Amino acid sequence: METILKVDNINVYYGSIHAIKGVSFEVSQGEIVTLIGANGAGKSTTLNTISGLLRSKTGSVTFLGEDLGRVPAHKVVSRGLALVPEGRRIFLQMTTQENLEMGAYTRSGKPDPADLEKVFDQFPRLKERRRQVAGTLSGGEQQMLAMGRALMSRPKLLMLDEPSMGLAPILVEQIFEIIQNLHDAGTTILLVEQNAQAALSVADRGYVLETGKVVTSGTGDELLASPAIKKAYLGG
Amino acid sequence: MKKMRIKQHTRTNFLTYLGVVAAFIIMNALSANGSLSRSLTGQLVPICCYMSMAVSLNLTVGILGELSLGHAGFMSVGAFSGIVAAMSLQSLIPAAPLRLAVAMLVGAAAAALAGLVVGSPVLRLRGDYLAIVTLAFGEIIKDLVNCLLVGVDASGLHVAFNLTGSKTVEDLGMQPDGIAIIKGAQGATSTTTIATFTAGFILVMVTLFVVLNLKYSRAGRAIMALRDNAIAAESVGVNITKYKMMAFVTSAALAGAAGALYGLNFSSLQATKFNFNTSILILVFVVLGGLGNLWGSLVAAAVLTVLPELLRAFSDYRMLVYAIVLILVMLATNNPTIKTFLNWKSNGKEAA
Repeated sequence: METILKVDNINVYYGSIHAIKGVSFEVSQGEIVTLIGANGAGKSTTLNTISGLLRSKTGSVTFLGEDLGRVPAHKVVSRGLALVPEGRRIFLQMTTQENLEMGAYTRSGKPDPADLEKVFDQFPRLKERRRQVAGTLSGGEQQMLAMGRALMSRPKLLMLDEPSMGLAPILVEQIFEIIQNLHDAGTTILLVEQNAQAALSVADRGYVLETGKVVTSGTGDELLASPAIKKAYLGG
Repeated sequence: MKKMRIKQHTRTNFLTYLGVVAAFIIMNALSANGSLSRSLTGQLVPICCYMSMAVSLNLTVGILGELSLGHAGFMSVGAFSGIVAAMSLQSLIPAAPLRLAVAMLVGAAAAALAGLVVGSPVLRLRGDYLAIVTLAFGEIIKDLVNCLLVGVDASGLHVAFNLTGSKTVEDLGMQPDGIAIIKGAQGATSTTTIATFTAGFILVMVTLFVVLNLKYSRAGRAIMALRDNAIAAESVGVNITKYKMMAFVTSAALAGAAGALYGLNFSSLQATKFNFNTSILILVFVVLGGLGNLWGSLVAAAVLTVLPELLRAFSDYRMLVYAIVLILVMLATNNPTIKTFLNWKSNGKEAA
């Protein structure tokens, strides 16, 4: 399989705090790759570095052969890299459909109705709510909307930052089902999660971050079976 | 359904334009048959200026969602640069309407430049920094104009800064036929007043046209998206700094044009006219008319400019009346019954 995203030895600082210490990993076409780790391990920092919100002091982020080091954050989307930010950041005062249309913002002309239909097929709940102001949607629906909006830009890689955060267990299950469906439809996904069990069960491969370093990596099943991971993240 | 929605905002826009045209015709008719009082006739141009100020501030505060407390500063920049332009072009452009138009363009350009200077460092930040910096900007402009000496003679413009307080117009070194345009703390005196109500009407229409078109354009969508959620806007590919600058500089330029018209409506004008109170006054128009609601800004600006004249007897309580009106409007618009009524009305419209 072809590698589409290659993160090579990045070091990110918040002032004097060294948050990411030489992290390297890669994502291949069609895979789900997950980064798991506890709070403060550097998962979101890594995603923000890839999407250009933060800059690495060393190393490189290569996406489809292009170095993203100099690409400003708002241009990253047009390269085919879509980020669903942490905490369901949707446009609260716009309707569901307007939110989705904003997702196609970087593409010129009117949003393609076929894209919209595709998202509605994936998220039937959003179709029911298409005229509703997004601020009145439930937490789970807002998460779906944020994911659907990212899909509207026809991304080659979808990055999800903690999609299960703050959702009821049944909704978490639904969200992971959707992630699995997107995967089956051929979407490449980089998933950042605290819910290691759920993330590893859908992922092809996983990387475990601890205080800014990759400590273990392997296939989803390997990591799920690993005693050290079980002990640290899955509660024995 | 989608068509309906577009129709609704197009209709609202159309009614807004229509309202302004109707008000202009009525006011012209009234003043032609002499039924307007002298004081009201004198206020027609300032009302137009304030309307335009309110609509342009609404672009920053209501549509972009950034608080600006120095809108009068941009008006001041526009006013004094407009006055200088109009006075120094007197012989070159004898036709007053054309000279007024040029002066307003100069005012708009100068204010846009000021907006660019103020905005480019501040709009990169997130938080209430714009409010703080624009507040300071308004005060700085006031002090700068207070020590500004400008004159014109056959050899061109003469500019001096009276920083020590000892300089006068004599120090500009003008030829005997030169005229002083801005005399420091005395401000602009003996300005030839060329502002007309028609120009004011055109200004309001142009301001409305610019702001409404921006609001419903692709750029406007981006601006409102970043107001709703800057991080989400960036994640879908909106260039945040660019669109913030676009809205802010447009707003400043429109304020500059309004300022130029305002300045050319009075033979004498001091920098202290454009103080913090004026900025707040314009903000009151915007809040009272509704954030993001342009026709609301127009009505609020007109009513609150005329009201103090009508209530001249209570002029001491003017600020008190403002406060009370603001509180009442807040209460009314948050009243569940009234809200339901308004929602029902707009839903009814959409279904129609």
